[in-house]
Amino acid sequence: MDPAAPPPKRRGPARLADPRPLFEDTSATGASPGRGFGAPPPSASSASSSSSAAASAAFGPPGAFLAEPVTSLAAAYGSSLASHVEGNLGRWVPVSRLKYYFAVDTVYVGRKLRLLVFPFGHPDWQVRYQQDTPVAPRFDVNAPDLYIPAMAFLTYILLAGLALGTQNRFSPDSLGLVASSALAWLLLEVLSVLLSLYLVTVSTDLTPIDLLAFAGYKYVGMIVGLVAGLLLGRAGYYVALSWCCLSIFVFMIRTLRLKLLSEAAAEGVLGPILGGLNGILMGIF
Amino acid sequence: MAFTLYSLLQASLLIVNAVAVLHEERFLRHVGWGSDQGIGGFGEEPGIKAQLTNLIRSIRTVMRGKGTIFSIIMMMIIIVIT
Repeated sequence: MDPAAPPPKRRGPARLADPRPLFEDTSATGASPGRGFGAPPPSASSASSSSSAAASAAFGPPGAFLAEPVTSLAAAYGSSLASHVEGNLGRWVPVSRLKYYFAVDTVYVGRKLRLLVFPFGHPDWQVRYQQDTPVAPRFDVNAPDLYIPAMAFLTYILLAGLALGTQNRFSPDSLGLVASSALAWLLLEVLSVLLSLYLVTVSTDLTPIDLLAFAGYKYVGMIVGLVAGLLLGRAGYYVALSWCCLSIFVFMIRTLRLKLLSEAAAEGVLGPILGGLNGILMGIF
Repeated sequence: MAFTLYSLLQASLLIVNAVAVLHEERFLRHVGWGSDQGIGGFGEEPGIKAQLTNLIRSIRTVMRGKGTIFSIIMMMIIIVIT
């Protein structure tokens, strides 16, 4: 028999004493820390039927690896790593605050999407408060959330890959490039809005996460534009894009005017800037 | 388009470094943006020019300390890796 060949999957007890040049025969002792991925099945397989032995031959009986000391070591290391990361993450990102932004339900998402594409005819844009904290998005359609921007961002990246594919310009690197580029533009937009807010010295209760949410809302419009472009061609793309620019513009003005508590906001000084920036960024993509 | 996060980091680092290196006496005084040139009084709204001047001054103050070492290291990394 060729010593370099993998051992036969089914071996009886008579084979256990046979010295194999490639690895130790650990079937007799059961579990051992030296087992690799191609290790022979433990002794349990010799007693089972042929089909189950063949099925479990590659990895042993299901769950056998959980009994090894290496697994327990790995589990302990993994849990310590997770707690370490969680502790560090809790310092930088306010996790409890993030949960507020993901408290959405289907009705809210539907209404918000309708608002993003058609913001006219909505009577009241004020966010309802409950003892000085904003109500969760589940109960108020005007509250910002992070679920829609996150999903829209990922959908946009996938759709961009699809659009590139229909033009035969797709490669796996291009998907990562689009993702990285979109993330960089998003970050730049949020930072420039923060800088503008600082320079104009308006007093507002907009947190950076709120600004991230508002910046992410424009991806819904971009998705609509891309889908229209894929289905209807160039003209459909431009028509849908200009309509979504206009609707995001109106949406931003009406939402943010109430959030910026100063006279400049009442005049709409900052609102058109933000709305126009959104429109321009949508056009760039 | 190739506008990646790394290029954003590069651009921001270079801009911050430029602001830190900017010599106030020689350049900003003539334009009237010097930080000791009496911008607004008490109780008045600062305005954009005053805010920008303060921003430039604070960036310079922050970068003069450990920021210099940090930016030197980052610049060497950026120049060495393209």
